[in-house]
Amino acid sequence: MATAPDLQSLKVDYKRNPMLPWPFQIRRVKHETEDTFTVELQPQGDLEEFAFLPGQFNMIYVFGVGEIPISISGDPANSRTLVHTTRAVGSVTKAMDKMRRGDILGIRGPYGTPWPIEKAAGKDVVFVAGGIGLAPLRPALYEVVAHRERYGKVVLLYGTRTPTDVLFRQELEHWRARFDLEIYVTVDRAMSGWRGNVGVVTNLISRAPFDPRNTMAFVCGPEVMMRYTSMELHKRGVDNEHIFVSMERNMKCAIGLCGHCQFGSVFVCKDGPVFRYSQIKDMLVKWEI
Amino acid sequence: MEDLKKILMEHPFFKGLDEEYSSLIVGCASNIRADAGKMILREGEEANHFYLIRSGKVTLQLMTPNKGHVIIETLNEGDILGWSWLVPPYMWHFDAKASELTRMIALDGKCLRNKCENDHHLGYELLKRFADIMTKRLESTRLQLLDIYGDRS
Amino acid sequence: MKIFIFERPELDNLIAVLKRRGFKVIGPTVSDSAIIYDELTDGGSLPIGWTDEQSNAAYHLKRREDAAVFAWAVGPQSWKKFLFPPIQKLFATHRITKGLDLQNSKKQAPEESQPVKYAFFGVRSCELSAIAIQDKVFLSGPFVDPLYQRKRTGVFIVAINCGQAGGTCFCESMNTGPRAINGFDLALTEVLNDKRHYFIAEAGSVMGEDILKNIKCTKAAEEDLETVKNITEQTKAQIHRSIDTTDLKNILYQSPEHPRWERTAAICLTCANCTMVCPTCFCATVEDVTDLAGKQADRIRKWDSCFTLDFSYIHGGSVRTSAKSRYRQWMTHKLASWVDQFGTSGCVGCGRCITWCPVGIDITEEARAIRENQP
Repeated sequence: MATAPDLQSLKVDYKRNPMLPWPFQIRRVKHETEDTFTVELQPQGDLEEFAFLPGQFNMIYVFGVGEIPISISGDPANSRTLVHTTRAVGSVTKAMDKMRRGDILGIRGPYGTPWPIEKAAGKDVVFVAGGIGLAPLRPALYEVVAHRERYGKVVLLYGTRTPTDVLFRQELEHWRARFDLEIYVTVDRAMSGWRGNVGVVTNLISRAPFDPRNTMAFVCGPEVMMRYTSMELHKRGVDNEHIFVSMERNMKCAIGLCGHCQFGSVFVCKDGPVFRYSQIKDMLVKWEI
Repeated sequence: MEDLKKILMEHPFFKGLDEEYSSLIVGCASNIRADAGKMILREGEEANHFYLIRSGKVTLQLMTPNKGHVIIETLNEGDILGWSWLVPPYMWHFDAKASELTRMIALDGKCLRNKCENDHHLGYELLKRFADIMTKRLESTRLQLLDIYGDRS
Repeated sequence: MKIFIFERPELDNLIAVLKRRGFKVIGPTVSDSAIIYDELTDGGSLPIGWTDEQSNAAYHLKRREDAAVFAWAVGPQSWKKFLFPPIQKLFATHRITKGLDLQNSKKQAPEESQPVKYAFFGVRSCELSAIAIQDKVFLSGPFVDPLYQRKRTGVFIVAINCGQAGGTCFCESMNTGPRAINGFDLALTEVLNDKRHYFIAEAGSVMGEDILKNIKCTKAAEEDLETVKNITEQTKAQIHRSIDTTDLKNILYQSPEHPRWERTAAICLTCANCTMVCPTCFCATVEDVTDLAGKQADRIRKWDSCFTLDFSYIHGGSVRTSAKSRYRQWMTHKLASWVDQFGTSGCVGCGRCITWCPVGIDITEEARAIRENQP
């Protein structure tokens, strides 16, 4: 029976200064879709492993450019390679996109609250991902698949813009080929050759094969998508206490000291980013909180 | 015929309709099948039928000059296809194609339309049900319009 | 607590003693038409014979007719200027042949090479509370700020009980003064009348007692304690602003759409003055700066303010674009969220935000307006 993880034991020891990044070397840069790429990193110096929990993130530092929070998207069982998937949208990610094998990135972390996978033991598990939101969910998927016997039905609902934006396509197809995972992919629009579903990801919820009375749902994607998805899950009968979302806010320190990531009275960096929907659902519909 | 009646009346769309209308509906219904690739309805044509999808998959598409056919929605088992038969000018605004072997129940919209003109209670009942479908489609479409993945995902 | 008396000239000796002990003595001094905190050369640097007049959007220094040293209220600066400096280098990285030298122990934490021992001379009761509040923010979370910790450890605090209330302060309703209760090494009360000018000193620590042994002082009597009580009660009576904090947290939490926010937002310039003068505000940003050759990059931490437009920026835009949402964020955080985050209110009633707001917004009025007009 899985128990709640001990976050303290996972912190990389920055006794001297939690603001100081640790060097990691890029082993591989993979372009996933037009604007999304994955970096695989290895710790340098006397750090050999980097353990984390699904849902956590790191602050990634590019020399002289800046530092940003990015969720970890790799397999938690592999602690020798650190994997991050991100869209190239700002100065830091655009700089990262141009980096090559051998270049060094600074890493601080892991930070944040993880997906409470242990709570899903004995229940159906529903993952709902929107766009790049699939990346922070992937470690949780790996974990659930690795201990498949602990859970009931396992369903992934994934929505993205167009078929060319489908992330981790090969992996999804590989998972779909298993008989014990239900993978549904939908896109907002497609050209006529697309054989899959077209429509918003929320449309997949009413038909997905899970028992809402005995389900844990993990939702990740743009805030609007998470809002509608959570409402739709609730409409289908999933308790708000059993729906979890991953929030995002501006972060400068990721350790609860700079004040930027406040969302109401919680700090997304240390009280989140994973939140129980019932805890924040009223704040989600308030403007400019 | 009995089999058709059962399927129709148990479908969420027709549930709750007065008994006298059920025979009417069934009288306008027929089983049809569309092979993969078959066009079920075309943009610009007269809208005289609507369909209840029993199995398979139907794509709603729009032909665009520079991109060709763009799929805007897929409908699956249990979905209703088409409401333009109920509102003027009774014309389809998009194409619908079976993307795999699809079995449907086709309902004679033209016939039903005329009946609605004479029996407003029937008209109200059908329009109420279609309003519900249209609302859900509108909500989904609006979410698609937001293009959330391109912007801040 | 042991209590002592010393005459006015010994105040200067107290400063000298602290300097001899290796402390960098920071205290009030007049500069640029205000009383600010800076390193004191000696007792002559103190704002002797000065007072101030403070009100909404107004601060004026005035000469007194006597030679009182501390007869004024807090100015634009607070002790966070030293414990949590406005600009601070966090680290420097260098490009080396093998990539990046991030963990070079010799070149990191520039503060380590010259650790400074501060003595804060003239800390008001509200400021003691503010320091305690920032201690909670920086030292009691899951991560400790090592720079704050380094500066904070070993600070010698000489508190001063206010002999008169400021024009904008409201420590009484915030339960932070005017009398200093704890958190100090020495707490002084200035007594100035026709006959005598002396200080009553309460020793709040063994070190405080020890320092006093180096100046000429005598043991105080019962009535001296009475004097302290009377003076601070008198100060209390002069305070005319207040915030009713009863259930204020919940009132603010349930008022995000209160019409008052619109009204205040129309006046607020989002200039961020309030956050800069506030002794508890702790928001910061980081800047990465490279040299021209691209060989060295420094990360600098700077004070930031939730009032700036890009404070809440995430790819695409800011979450709080309207002035309303930013004013609401600041006040709700200060008076409500802070309680859930750190166990106390974030406001100590020092009144600085009222004095230094260019349009004179008064946080006590805002709190009252929101409380009194609940739907």
